[in-house]
Amino acid sequence: MARAVVSLPAQAKRGEIIEIKTMAAHAMETGFRRTQLGELIPRDIIRRFVCAYNGAEIFRVDLHPAVAANPLIAFTTVATESGTIAFQWVGDNGYAVTETTSIRVE
Amino acid sequence: MTTRREFLVLACGAASITAATAVKAQIDPNQQALRKAAMQEALRKVVGDVPVRRGRVKLELPPLVDNGNAVPLAVRVESPMTSADYVKAIHVFTEKNPLPGVVSVYLGPRAGRAGIATRIRIADSQTVTAIAQLSDGSFWSDSAEVVVTLSACLEEGLI
Repeated sequence: MARAVVSLPAQAKRGEIIEIKTMAAHAMETGFRRTQLGELIPRDIIRRFVCAYNGAEIFRVDLHPAVAANPLIAFTTVATESGTIAFQWVGDNGYAVTETTSIRVE
Repeated sequence: MTTRREFLVLACGAASITAATAVKAQIDPNQQALRKAAMQEALRKVVGDVPVRRGRVKLELPPLVDNGNAVPLAVRVESPMTSADYVKAIHVFTEKNPLPGVVSVYLGPRAGRAGIATRIRIADSQTVTAIAQLSDGSFWSDSAEVVVTLSACLEEGLI
């Protein structure tokens, strides 16, 4: 089930630094684990996370198998103008989730 | 003459001793050296020939971890984050995980503060290194020692 949660303030003052917390529901299977029969469990991870503020990319993360399950990513950005902030997770086996929130800047 | 009972006692004892040592050496030294080399290689790919200086970066990791499957990690970099002087990227490496890279973060002056918080997997007690690339091309780093009781990656799947 592809699900993701994003938490950030709904409104902010112009120039204020806001904190954004994101979490995607994903097992982040490393590709190094084996079943009890000794077979390797294939890798299935989220490879990339991108955050775009009004269409302009402001933050990007490349994830590797060493990131824990349900990857949590917390970062900051400057509230420049009202608009939308889009979040995108892309991963193995065609995993792709997009989440969009709006922010009001005064 | 060795009786059957004595033989069994000795054999079991020997077996348990080898099992105990096998558990103690979770990652054999040969593999450890390989992984260290892999980390140096990964580091070189990011940094090139530019010297990496210590400082400006603060890597926050708990010194003692119960469960290596989800270890909170935070990296903060001292930077004014203006368009003239900002942090371009932050990379986190481990020396004993099966793969050296953990996360690579790309940011810019619009981040306001240079930092990231996430949760990572740690395979064994080891040193974790964070490297920040600044807009002027210099690299800064910080390392943290972590002791792990229950390692990630070594347990078997439940399938």
